Amino acid sequence: MSTWFTLIWIAIIGVGIFLYVVLDGFDLGVGILSRFAPSKADRELMIASVSPFWDGNETWLILGAVGLMAAFPMAFAIIVPALYFPILAMLVGLMFRGVAFEFRSVPGAHVGLWDIAFCGGSVLAAFSQGVMLGMFVEGFTVTGRAFTGSSFDWVAPFPLLSGAALIFGYALLGAGWLVMKTEGKLQTWARRMGRLALAVVLVFIAVVTLVMLVHQPQVFGRWLRFPNVLFLWPVPLGTALAAFWAWRSLGGSGDAQPFLATVALFGTAFLGLAISLWPMIVPTSVDLWTAAASPSSQAFLLVGTVILLPVILAYSAWSYWVFRGKVRADSGYGH
Amino acid sequence: MELDPVFLSRIQFVWVIALHILLPAFTMGLACFIALLETAHLVTKSPVYLRLSQFWLRIFAVSFGLGVVSGIVMPFQIGTNWSRYSDAAANIIAPLLAYEGLTAFFLEAAFLGVLLFGRKLVPPVVHCGAAILVAVGTFFSSFWILAVNSWMQTPAGYTQTEGRFFPADWTAAIFNPSFPYRLTHTVTAFFLTTGFVVIGVACYHLRKGQFVAESRKMLSMTLWLVTVLAPLQVFLGDQHGLNTLQYQPIKVAAMEGNWHRQAGAPLLLFAWPDQAAAENRYEIGIPGLASLVLRHDMNGEIPGLTEVPPEDRPPVAVVFWAFRIMVGAGLGMLGLVAVGLWLRARRTLFTTAWFQRLCLWASPIGFVAVLAGWTVTETGRQPWVIYGLLRTRDAVSPSLTGFDVALSLAIYVVVYLFVFGFGLILLLRLMRTIPIEHDGPAPEASAILGGQRPLAAGMPTEADAP
Repeated sequence: MSTWFTLIWIAIIGVGIFLYVVLDGFDLGVGILSRFAPSKADRELMIASVSPFWDGNETWLILGAVGLMAAFPMAFAIIVPALYFPILAMLVGLMFRGVAFEFRSVPGAHVGLWDIAFCGGSVLAAFSQGVMLGMFVEGFTVTGRAFTGSSFDWVAPFPLLSGAALIFGYALLGAGWLVMKTEGKLQTWARRMGRLALAVVLVFIAVVTLVMLVHQPQVFGRWLRFPNVLFLWPVPLGTALAAFWAWRSLGGSGDAQPFLATVALFGTAFLGLAISLWPMIVPTSVDLWTAAASPSSQAFLLVGTVILLPVILAYSAWSYWVFRGKVRADSGYGH
Repeated sequence: MELDPVFLSRIQFVWVIALHILLPAFTMGLACFIALLETAHLVTKSPVYLRLSQFWLRIFAVSFGLGVVSGIVMPFQIGTNWSRYSDAAANIIAPLLAYEGLTAFFLEAAFLGVLLFGRKLVPPVVHCGAAILVAVGTFFSSFWILAVNSWMQTPAGYTQTEGRFFPADWTAAIFNPSFPYRLTHTVTAFFLTTGFVVIGVACYHLRKGQFVAESRKMLSMTLWLVTVLAPLQVFLGDQHGLNTLQYQPIKVAAMEGNWHRQAGAPLLLFAWPDQAAAENRYEIGIPGLASLVLRHDMNGEIPGLTEVPPEDRPPVAVVFWAFRIMVGAGLGMLGLVAVGLWLRARRTLFTTAWFQRLCLWASPIGFVAVLAGWTVTETGRQPWVIYGLLRTRDAVSPSLTGFDVALSLAIYVVVYLFVFGFGLILLLRLMRTIPIEHDGPAPEASAILGGQRPLAAGMPTEADAP
């Protein structure tokens, strides 16, 4: 039974993290792109397109963190202190970008200052999340039940590279969102930005894949040895198809397609990482089963999650539906 | 000087939580006030309620945003700086924290978007429902987070294996001995905090002679609320104190500055507790009163700090003085309530200038009480992070150096000063600025149009009413 709990929990946390990456990814991406908006009016539209959603999107981060603490407490107690400064940077970034939404619209506020905070915070949050991803993939120094490396392990080529990659990844999601939510010149601009970001992202994906295959023998073995290769080949193929779809649709067809294609691209990349690292939850030393919480803790939270998560998804979807369609200049407070 | 990661981590936690707690202390009551105003508007169709709701919604949006971004910091603090604590206690506290997210945060976030931006997009009754659900979310949130906090104060329903805690009885763990008292005492404190801010803002506008109908309405409504809650809080605080006496007697000894167990203990009005000498200097007290308060008997016995070894005692002076500040703030609230009742009986509530000035200055009184009360309960728990079971110094992340924490603390201080500083400036500006009237001013406000300051575009206006 506890085996099943553990598997269900890794699935829930995986889905939660993926939802966070996609949802906060697009609004952070809009933040990253906001600095380059063609005009002030366009920037207002871009920010208005994510204003009603950012708070809910960010909540998935909390769920991911406390869900990890609840279902895999040992992993939480090792990974979180290991990411000491990247987490600090992420929180600072999220803080600036979050308050900027509200502060910039207060009468008499320094709009210019908070626009910089909005973009800078988004870039910092995206970068530090990418750094965390890089550190996670590379693995942590563990002794017993604790992290025993240094708080500056993030100063290394791979984490920094992956930090830069995620800035472009989120910019791509943001561009896809803007294509869906805007029209006219702004939409055309978003399509162009999307292609630019996509090109950079594809280079990063290729580099990360190569680095992992070369530097981590178990990753090489997992993907390229017989018989794994027989049933894993759809993952890289899916990544390639999603990338092609994203490129094509950014070029002109369909308003929702670029966003969906980008989500698909993130999905296949996420799946690829999960397959590479399985079953390690603290790469490269602690697996799922070792880190799992007591069955009672997992079961107690699972009961509520099974009931509440569909409800949450339903009303969150409803709130997206309320603000459906293209964002218009008159959307904002009280309108 | 050697940088101590434990001490610095504690300072960092104090800094980020003390600033964070100010926001829920304010937004919980405000969410309920807005839900009440929206409901009143839906039922009566009176534009006064709508204007009040729109006025407070802007303030709510800014403070809620600050609360969200500073709140996300908190669960990460438990991992970054207190990983030994999270490893030890996660099996019990983490599911409760996760339930806070599942029941409260998503609810608040999803319906806040509709509440702030959806007035024209959904039917009025749905918009009002969104306001109510946001308020309900704040209750769920305080339920779970205070369950966690209370479990750390009075652990129950657990078993202990190799220094880690496992659930044995979830009902006992959640409804642990101090939880019902802490929950009611804290929620009441939060409502009082919001209440005195609303009263202060109403008095500000009344003194300026602007926003008159609205200000009278909110002053009257809120004054009734605090008239009920302030005396209730004295009762709840007393009950919480008795509960603490039973489960954390040393904390009560520190609150009273009582070093040796004694019958007929005095209530100390002033003292300078000397931790090293285990005695008070410059003591001024009322004989027997502490025993009367805590045992409801002049000759009742009060526990003393010297019953435990020095390393198990909290920093007495901090607890002792924070407790006096909290009680002082509470008495101040009672005084204001009494004066308010008297003025209302004389029908001069809206015209007494000195009372309005007094209320204006008293508007942060709830924040003072909340911070002081929180200091009493958290400092009084020291040196334990889980009372009697896990010491704070054994809870810190082993990988952290003093330099790491000094650096992160410096960053948190600078960033919070900047963000909260601007937040305060903008909130005060929103509180001083009244919404512009497109469709002609309200009758009461027409005489004082000169006092109105028009707002920039994007503010809620009368014309925006659905």
